[in-house]
Amino acid sequence: MSNEYTSSEMMTVTAAKALENGMTCFVGIGLPSEAANLARLTHAPDVVLIYESGTLQTKPDVLPLSIGDGELCESALTTVSVPEMFRYWLQGGKIDVGFLGTAQIDRYCNLNTTLIGDYQSPKVRLPGGGGAPEIATCAGEIFITLKHSKRTFVNDVDFITTLGFGRDGRARDGVPNIGRGPTRVISDLCVMKPDPETKELVVVSLHPGVTRDDVIEATGWEVRFAEQLETTPTPDARELEVLRDLKARTERKHAGEA
Amino acid sequence: MAEFLSLHDAVARYVEDGATVAMEGFTHLIPFAAGHEVIRQRKRDLTLIRMTPDLVYDQLIGAGCARKLIFSWGGNPGVGSLHRLRDAVEKGWPHKVEIFEHSHAAMACAFEAGAAGLPLAVLRGYVGSELPSVNDQIKFIECPFTGERLAAVPSVRPDVSLVHAQKADRKGNVLVEGIIGVQKEAILAAGKSIVTVEEVVDDLGASPNACVIPGWAIDAIAVAEKGAYPSYAHGYYPRDNRFYKEWDAIARDRDTFQTWLDENVHNAGGQAQ
Repeated sequence: MSNEYTSSEMMTVTAAKALENGMTCFVGIGLPSEAANLARLTHAPDVVLIYESGTLQTKPDVLPLSIGDGELCESALTTVSVPEMFRYWLQGGKIDVGFLGTAQIDRYCNLNTTLIGDYQSPKVRLPGGGGAPEIATCAGEIFITLKHSKRTFVNDVDFITTLGFGRDGRARDGVPNIGRGPTRVISDLCVMKPDPETKELVVVSLHPGVTRDDVIEATGWEVRFAEQLETTPTPDARELEVLRDLKARTERKHAGEA
Repeated sequence: MAEFLSLHDAVARYVEDGATVAMEGFTHLIPFAAGHEVIRQRKRDLTLIRMTPDLVYDQLIGAGCARKLIFSWGGNPGVGSLHRLRDAVEKGWPHKVEIFEHSHAAMACAFEAGAAGLPLAVLRGYVGSELPSVNDQIKFIECPFTGERLAAVPSVRPDVSLVHAQKADRKGNVLVEGIIGVQKEAILAAGKSIVTVEEVVDDLGASPNACVIPGWAIDAIAVAEKGAYPSYAHGYYPRDNRFYKEWDAIARDRDTFQTWLDENVHNAGGQAQ
């Protein structure tokens, strides 16, 4: 098998590597779900995946199209009600990491999935918060994965659906019983982490072949780079093979259902 | 005590114009047959409550049944937008729909509080989110014991809740299996409740801790085979993911939607009558 890979595959494999074996992970649908399941099928077989539909410790064979696909329930250790999921398992502090996607993210990791424009007369209405507002504050830490562009990485989000560190980077300070918040952002160009002091996102690792200018051009604020800027490890053959198999299985399953 | 009615009669009796209505089922067991019956009977000015409006509320909103919507995630799962919801919110077609937007955690807690007979739900929620600035149904209170600031939302107490389940026995006891969402909470929180089921059986065959809703806590049972289609019924039929994808094109355009609605709902007669 060739070791050539797409930028999307690079993003998914890098996001997967963020998860450690044995972590409990509250998984968002889409890219986070793809990355979390890749982690489970490669280096982290005992990662515990939890979806907001109530499916606890699930091991889907194909990626779910919706957050409540039957596959998630059938392959779960058990399935609980949605209030139990949010109250006992999430708010109760049983989740190590929440894995989220978003439509917009800003320099302080605030997430917008509500709308573009003004709330009363939106330019584009997006689906809304779903589980994210409380996942972001109740889970121990948060990983975020999304594709890099000026439309998605903006100076200020139009609306804070889900808290990163607030408009000034200080919104978690002094708040009791709150998680650490976002600890890394994985895009198709780079990996970013919040500055320990200011909480502003800083590029810590560039994916192979990506330049600083690529990131600057795709980011809506004057993005900073870490002094010790690293190169993200390339995906290995097995990671790519497992990912491609997973996606092919998924496509066959979803296309075949009448 | 649950009464066995046709879906037509159950909706005619319990869903009134202007009512607050919850149709629940978290991706699974979405009560499409019941929703379509509400559309066919041209109910108006409803306050619709659902965590995930999904296609069923896209259809109800596009058909002009809704005046208000209380929800927490309004997309077509895995596909994109709910175009009828967006058209109503962005352009006011077929008329303006007022939205009250929450997070899932808050809605789940609000259903649970409704089932528990409480006026409000308390949660550690909305920290740093701007949702409280656009939804006056979200407030904050101080814990009287620790002083912690906590979010409070009104409990969900619908006039009528409609859910779909796998089966009922002949006394009207209902078994819900798989992803059970907030269906039990929706029934217990409501003034009146209608449960549609795939089939009526002699024995539910439920294990001791199964999600069983007693017949005496339900007002009406109606048989609606494939009543959750194109969502799914665990153990009966899978989710039609292809239709969820096709819906994007159907709902994007007002005329295409109207044609679909006429052919598949208004003139479809209602499979459960």
